[in-house]
Amino acid sequence: MTLLDSSLPGFPDAAPLAGLTGGVLIGLAAALMLLGAGRIAGVSGIAARAFGLASGSQPRMGAWAFIIGLPLGAISVASLSDAAAPAFASPVTLAIAGVIVGIGTRLGSGCTSGHGVCGMSRLSQRSLVATATFMATGFATVAAMNALGIEVLP
Amino acid sequence: MIRDTLVPLASGTIFGAGLTLGGMTDPARVRGFLDLFGDWDPTLAFVMGGAVLVMALAWAMQRKMLRPFFSDGFALPDRSDITPRLIGGSALFGIGWGIAGLCPGPGFAALAISPASAAIFVVAMLGGMLLVRLLEGQG
Repeated sequence: MTLLDSSLPGFPDAAPLAGLTGGVLIGLAAALMLLGAGRIAGVSGIAARAFGLASGSQPRMGAWAFIIGLPLGAISVASLSDAAAPAFASPVTLAIAGVIVGIGTRLGSGCTSGHGVCGMSRLSQRSLVATATFMATGFATVAAMNALGIEVLP
Repeated sequence: MIRDTLVPLASGTIFGAGLTLGGMTDPARVRGFLDLFGDWDPTLAFVMGGAVLVMALAWAMQRKMLRPFFSDGFALPDRSDITPRLIGGSALFGIGWGIAGLCPGPGFAALAISPASAAIFVVAMLGGMLLVRLLEGQG
């Protein structure tokens, strides 16, 4: 993956080419869902549908197929890379964050994929507002945690 | 049946590959992007930019299509109302995203990378979704 190891001046930790390539793949995946199946590739909504936590017209088998695909794609990329496995927060932190993400994405009708990728690219008013909001609180949360000296990753 | 399953399976697999390649399954990468006022890592802006560009082209195609390639019709959101629920929910989501550096897609994808950690996040997330459903008294 040396081709994707290019860096950005001023940001030694950034991986712009890997980011852009990953983003294009995400866009192609969402495009396949839209043009192939006629649906939005919004992960929180599809997950809720797969686990019977939301009603909707999407067949549950299809929702499950999409959700199962996510780790399949991840393992195929991870197995090609020699990068060290990423570090995750402690179990308690992950549980707290998970509950908040679950509640927030249901109330807000979407997450980074549905609002951020599919909705923004469609110039949906709701998605533009939702994305601006979760980006703002994401920035604020990390800033506040850093100011308070709360470290979650080892 | 196969048609209804293969397209989402392929989409999810490509999606998961893109999330991993772009760094979304690495909480340090995500929190580095959200650390706008500190040691900012712009990588995720490239992820988002690439995805939105491709999808903008897909929407342009979609507007000229009568029906999807492998399905009978489009089932797309058509709401345009900005509600307190939309803003409050999105605000909450951003807080949770910032705390652990994971959003729903990477949570599922990371089940293949760090199963124990990702499973805790995913189960808690589904618990949060269940809570909303129970409190709203739907079905």
